[in-house]
Amino acid sequence: MKIGTPKEVFEGEARVAMTPDSAQQLQKLGYDCAIETGAGLRAGFTDAAYREAGVEIINTAAGLWKAVDIVAKVRPPSETEVKRLKKGQTLISFFYPGSNEALMELAKSKSANVIAMDMVPRISRAQKMDALSSMANIAGYRAVIEAGNHFGRFFTGQVTAAGKVPPAKVLVVGAGVAGLAAIGTATSLGAMTFAFDVRPEVSEQIESMGAEFVFLEFDESSQDSSSTGGYAAPSSPEFQEKQLEKFRELAPEMDIVITTALIPNRDAPVLWTKDMVEAMKPGSVIVDLAAERGGNCELTVKDDKIVTDNGVTIVGYTDFPSRMATQSSSLYASNVRHMMTDLTPEKDGQVVHDMEDDVIRGATVTYAGEITFPPPPPKVAAIAAAPKRETPKPPTPEEKRAAELAAFKAETKSQITYLGVGTLVLLLIGAFAPASLMAHLIVFALACFVGFQVIWNVNHALHTPLMAITNAISGIIVVGALLQIGSVSWLVVLLSFISVLIASINIVGGFLVTRRMLAMFQKS
Amino acid sequence: MSAGFVSAVYIAASILFILALGGLRNQESAKRAIWYGIAGMFLAMIATIFGPGVSNLFLILVAVGAGAVAGTIVAGRVQMTEMPQLVAALHSFVGLAAVFIGLNADVMLNAVNELKAAGTAIGDAELTGFGERLWKKDVTEIAILKVEVFLGIFIGAITFTGSVVAFGKLAGKITSKPEKLPGGHMLNLAAVLACLVLGVLYWGGAGAWTMVLMAVIAGFIGWHLIMGIGGADMPVVVSMLNSYSGWAAAAIGFTLGNDLLIVTGALVGSSGAILSYIMCRAMNRHFVSVILGGFGGTAGPAQEIEGEMVSIDADGVANALNDADSVIIVPGYGMAVAQAQNSVSELVRKLRGAGKEVRFGIHPVAGRLPGHMNVLLAEAKVPYDIVLEMEEINDDFPDTDVSIVIGSNDIVNPAAQEDPNSPIAGMPVLEVWKAKQCFVLKRGQGTGYSGIENPLFFRDNTRMYYGDAKASIDALLPKID
Repeated sequence: MKIGTPKEVFEGEARVAMTPDSAQQLQKLGYDCAIETGAGLRAGFTDAAYREAGVEIINTAAGLWKAVDIVAKVRPPSETEVKRLKKGQTLISFFYPGSNEALMELAKSKSANVIAMDMVPRISRAQKMDALSSMANIAGYRAVIEAGNHFGRFFTGQVTAAGKVPPAKVLVVGAGVAGLAAIGTATSLGAMTFAFDVRPEVSEQIESMGAEFVFLEFDESSQDSSSTGGYAAPSSPEFQEKQLEKFRELAPEMDIVITTALIPNRDAPVLWTKDMVEAMKPGSVIVDLAAERGGNCELTVKDDKIVTDNGVTIVGYTDFPSRMATQSSSLYASNVRHMMTDLTPEKDGQVVHDMEDDVIRGATVTYAGEITFPPPPPKVAAIAAAPKRETPKPPTPEEKRAAELAAFKAETKSQITYLGVGTLVLLLIGAFAPASLMAHLIVFALACFVGFQVIWNVNHALHTPLMAITNAISGIIVVGALLQIGSVSWLVVLLSFISVLIASINIVGGFLVTRRMLAMFQKS
Repeated sequence: MSAGFVSAVYIAASILFILALGGLRNQESAKRAIWYGIAGMFLAMIATIFGPGVSNLFLILVAVGAGAVAGTIVAGRVQMTEMPQLVAALHSFVGLAAVFIGLNADVMLNAVNELKAAGTAIGDAELTGFGERLWKKDVTEIAILKVEVFLGIFIGAITFTGSVVAFGKLAGKITSKPEKLPGGHMLNLAAVLACLVLGVLYWGGAGAWTMVLMAVIAGFIGWHLIMGIGGADMPVVVSMLNSYSGWAAAAIGFTLGNDLLIVTGALVGSSGAILSYIMCRAMNRHFVSVILGGFGGTAGPAQEIEGEMVSIDADGVANALNDADSVIIVPGYGMAVAQAQNSVSELVRKLRGAGKEVRFGIHPVAGRLPGHMNVLLAEAKVPYDIVLEMEEINDDFPDTDVSIVIGSNDIVNPAAQEDPNSPIAGMPVLEVWKAKQCFVLKRGQGTGYSGIENPLFFRDNTRMYYGDAKASIDALLPKID
């Protein structure tokens, strides 16, 4: 079958859904690849590069749509594009079926199969095709770079000959994929980074990226985000109030604010109000990654950059991934390629559209003339519910001392018991056994004791040599056989002879192999 | 040589043995300690051979000479990966010798009794040193002697057959899966009872046949017991047999009234016992549960594992290694099976040459013998100061860029910490998943010896690098700058 990628028709869109690299991988799956001429140019991939990777170049979009069985693109298709779909053709792209019902109907009427990359369920198996995350990652990174572009100071604090420069303070609101990427970028540039999220369980991730979690004193059993597929859910009005209060307190200190808070299928919550913007220092920058859905900041203008009266720059671009087209194209293309891998179980260039598969089923919005959106809930829960953790109260000093005392008493008790029992057994033996046995017993008990003391100090790394050397010295049993070999009985002589023989193997073999091993250990 | 002189030499030999074991506390002093052991053994044998009451010097020389030649050949030829089976084989020799010496003691006791009954004077009888001792024993002492003979033969026979089976399993000549006869441990219990009955009969004067039969039954116990234990529990089994061989020697020492044997046997016995204890603790299992085979009961269903195993090729691993600053390698039995230690060593040399910090994390029960991995790595010329124990290195994983698991499974299973229902819950494990990225070298997708799923393989930061460990690492080598 043939996979083709047309040039994106959306204005300003620079990304492309197939790169020379991904085309090579697709060819390994058994597909032929085709691309519209110039499709990759804005992402930095020339036609020549594609041709070198064995991709067929097709001159017109119409020709491409006609020639291929599978169309892979980035943006949701335009109406014209959907009209070009043929029966049984597969389209892979972002689709946003929730807000694109007309297009979906159109695709259905064409009997085409549409796979929406934005509908890939959030389960670990599907992470490699999670294009939303790849794009969010880029957006988060780019947001910081964009902010730096408009910010008149260093990120990192420096002490220079000309004076001291304080580090920039960055606040990231919403620690999803984009938020975490922004945190990572900001901290690696040297900024003091703070982050906030309504899901307290992400605090660990925030801290692992090197930011400080802005902690909100609030007594509400916060809901576990695992019940909403890892996304944030709307919070209560009291909580929101508390949250805004905290932001208001932080606003004057922050130099850069990056907001990424989104709730699925809703307008973006307003978290950064007008008065907060007014409280910020001149020269500060706000980057609103939620601009597409109305923005987290009250003053955000979608697709534009504004400067407020008090000198705060607010960036409301919605095309961050497209601004880094090379990177985002290669990631998106690789997401598509992974999707194709799952669609091609036999690696024979034939699509098997398995509607039983959670991932494929979830992403498919029209199939064989039917609308299959919304998908049934996946069989596997997206994220394992966080185990309820009960933090044990740290013991008070008194409790600690009491526990120690109890442990000490228990130990003493068991030691005394063992000693008592041991003594009793020895006394019993001593009462009946002859003196000769007792003399040997003393030797035996002491040897055991010495053995325990000595062996505990043996280095773990030397346990194998220890076994080999104890093996060798347990060959001391040869002494027993030597004492018997002089007997007049032929049977005794024979058995002792064998014993001496095998014990000697033990002694010589054991010592030699130990020596060999020990000689190997060397220091660097 | 007078008896007093022999005793003095024995004391010297005992002290030398203790020094030899004590010297193993670190790698450098160990190289000296081995000579203490050899010297002790030499003194003990010379003193015994030229001591009172030992004859048949020619036979002794033949036996010792033949044994020495055989021992030299074996020690020179054995591969370091074959150490477990060699150790097991050597244990069986001690067990067998103990059985023979015990039987001899009984035969000689009867001979002495006959002579006594015939009214021969002590001076006229042709007696060995041991025979003379027997002659002088009174009734109680003879009763005790019989108990000692019983113990010596019993422990010796179990050690012998147990070690033979362990050898077979480790050498791959017998299936390493646990196998039991119908009846399981009840059969073992019945066999032990039968041995006890025979022992009582023997004590009552029933003759040597009871001891021969008892040796056979005890041999069966050893065989059946070890057959029922799986390959990965072999570290415990081998150290247990090590311990038994010591106790057998000590029991024979009591029989013969020889303090050197008692001391040495006790040293070896306690050494093996401590090793078994350390191994069991490292698996968070009771000694009894290991020996009786099988894992302890699970308390509930195992946790569901989320995600999928993602595989990676040599290029991916090589890139990650080239980017990493710190690497921890966790080897297991798979490395020994694939004979990959030299390739691993070469990899380490290259990575260290590039200025990266490379260390090894060794779990106490990695491999089939306590300390097995250390020896393999030492053989491959990996410096021992970068080979660390689990406790020493576990805290360092979060600061590590890449962890590489080579052919181990249960010892890196996070379920031991996270899933209270897991059969290995509570077992200390190496926390490889805390490294930024974890590569697992594995032959296929199957579960490990214990049959427990390993959630590590499904982690987001884990990549599976399938293939034979040696071939996989050899494929990596040219890609590391």
